[in-house]
Amino acid sequence: MGELKLMKGNEVIAEAAIRCGCDGYFGYPITPQSEIMEYLALREPWKETGMVFLQAESEVAAINMIYGGASCGKRVMTTSSSPGMSLMMEGLSYIAGAELPCVIVNIVRGGPGLGTIQPSQADYNQATKGGGHGDYQSIVLAPATVQEMYDFVELSFDLAFKYRIPAIILSDGVIGQMMEKVTLGEFKPRWTAEQIEQMSGSWATTGMKGRKMNVTTSLRLQSEDLEKHNNNLQAKYRTIEKEEVRFDEYMTDDAEYILVAYGSSARICHKTVELAREKGLKVGLLRPITVWPYPTKRLQELAQKAKGMMAVEMSAGQMFIDLKLAVNGKTPVEYYGRMGGMVPSPSEVLGALEKQLIGGANNE
Amino acid sequence: MSNINDIIKPENLVYKKADALSDNIMHYCPGCSHGTVHKLIAETLDELGIQDKTIGVSPVGCGVFAYNYINCDWQQAAHGRAPALATGTKRLMPDHYVFTYQGDGDLASIGTSEIMHAVNRGENITVIFINNGIYGMTGGQMAPTTLVGMETSSSPYGRDISIHGYPIKITEILAQLPGAAYVTRQSVHNATAVRKAKKAVKKAFEVQGKAIGTSIVEIVSTCSSGWKMTPTGANEWMTENMFPNYPLGDIVDKSKPKQEDLEQFPLK
Ligand SMILES: Cc1ncc(C[n+]2csc(CCOP(=O)(O)OP(=O)(O)O)c2C)c(N)n1
Ligand SMILES: [Mg+2]
Repeated sequence: MGELKLMKGNEVIAEAAIRCGCDGYFGYPITPQSEIMEYLALREPWKETGMVFLQAESEVAAINMIYGGASCGKRVMTTSSSPGMSLMMEGLSYIAGAELPCVIVNIVRGGPGLGTIQPSQADYNQATKGGGHGDYQSIVLAPATVQEMYDFVELSFDLAFKYRIPAIILSDGVIGQMMEKVTLGEFKPRWTAEQIEQMSGSWATTGMKGRKMNVTTSLRLQSEDLEKHNNNLQAKYRTIEKEEVRFDEYMTDDAEYILVAYGSSARICHKTVELAREKGLKVGLLRPITVWPYPTKRLQELAQKAKGMMAVEMSAGQMFIDLKLAVNGKTPVEYYGRMGGMVPSPSEVLGALEKQLIGGANNE
Repeated sequence: MSNINDIIKPENLVYKKADALSDNIMHYCPGCSHGTVHKLIAETLDELGIQDKTIGVSPVGCGVFAYNYINCDWQQAAHGRAPALATGTKRLMPDHYVFTYQGDGDLASIGTSEIMHAVNRGENITVIFINNGIYGMTGGQMAPTTLVGMETSSSPYGRDISIHGYPIKITEILAQLPGAAYVTRQSVHNATAVRKAKKAVKKAFEVQGKAIGTSIVEIVSTCSSGWKMTPTGANEWMTENMFPNYPLGDIVDKSKPKQEDLEQFPLK
């Protein structure tokens, strides 16, 4: 049995990393996620598990330390918030190109630019559409509870290594700063050099003892080679789209109207569903847990019988576009959102749903 | 007259290609210093017996394909970021030898932040820094190290300090950081220089083995294509113009650390 605790979302990320056998953390302070690094610095995991912790000179350096560590087959992780993530996009593109596993946590805040330190979901496009240059994807998990902040760290490592792909935990200032009860798992030992050699010896730069040299690189100067590499990447992404979609549903069985929201917006919409049901409105919620791969297939199924769907997000309708593409005109799709660090209330969402979709449908 | 086959014997061998140097044909231009420096690194890996536990980090620049020529594990970094990859690698693999191989655009322009902080932390890595005073790979544009008055494709009327500032002596700047354990500037334009540079490269790896901080070997280099000179003309021009600006020799040597060095930078 695990340990039951009351903890802050950000701290839980750090504790989860230590407990699941993470080898190294490299990061740069930025609000609202600095608690992750502060927790690690105070906790001194290097004394306990040997996990390396280093405050980098910038996010540019942090992501490239990750690139180095991931190249060695190590389980490495960085965390940041929006402006820092922008700086990491160069490194992320190289890591994706070199097909390396790593975990990146983005505790999203309001943008563009320096924006605000208040919560936002406006980095959805950056996270789910690659973010840097080139055709690539990261697996993107969107936790809605502090427990999921914990669980998704190990899950992200597992997926990252299964597919040799960066995994992003896309959270926001609400969940990062929120305290909730959480069950902490058992300590798992870090991988030994022998385990790493066995698992990743075909590609990791662990020293070429007893084998041919390994090179981690994104460079393929010949267009024929690079196209082949891109085709391989795309094939891998199609597999992930088939195998790794995760989502959660709430009262969708008989729902006429379906809210689609992830992360902290999904928490709000959960309450909206309850408010709607009290009024006799048949409203349900689909919560994408992986925002990439997106639960396209399930949304298509729900669209067959729904009278309408509404994307609710703390951004200008970034996920709304994925929802529209998924539904492809089968049912009316609306968007409601707030921006710049404003968090919608459940009744506000219900008001929007009634005005934009339910009222609209009844008027037709 | 003795038979030739009597002469070809291991005990009569005076020189051989380093095992760590691959048989791939190098893509470098005639007269380029990169290939010679590759050879020195490969010989060092052989002589120290560390090929199996060395991880190189290649730059963006003409040295990007260093992994085609030196047989060890390699990581290919983004432009200027090699010291960050090396940091992550060395921290997680402290019993391995980790080195970066970087040009002057890579190290002294786009990557100043990464190199400064890696050296300031005293990362136990080796940095091989090829300063040819130009952006070789992209066709000879001005580098931060380009000499005043030197014509390049992006300073066609010569480097003008009122516009572009001064050639940066990044190695002297890095040498001031307490994390630097061994800092030297060498060249490979003649046999004597090559032998000295070889000693320096080898020493840099030995210093890494002692885990007393960063070892840096700058090689003042030619780029005959970028400079638009013949290989021999480039060597002469380098001797006359580059060396006065970038004087050769050791700048820092803590390979036999004194007590005050250790106090200033405690061993990790
Ligand atoms: C982020 C980024 N900016 C610019 C470039 C283009 N680029 C490639 S090599 C290079 C300069 C390399 O010069 P240097 O480091 O001096 O190496 P050299 O080729 O002279 O050995 C530049 C600017 C790039 N690849 N990536
Ligand atoms: Mg250069």
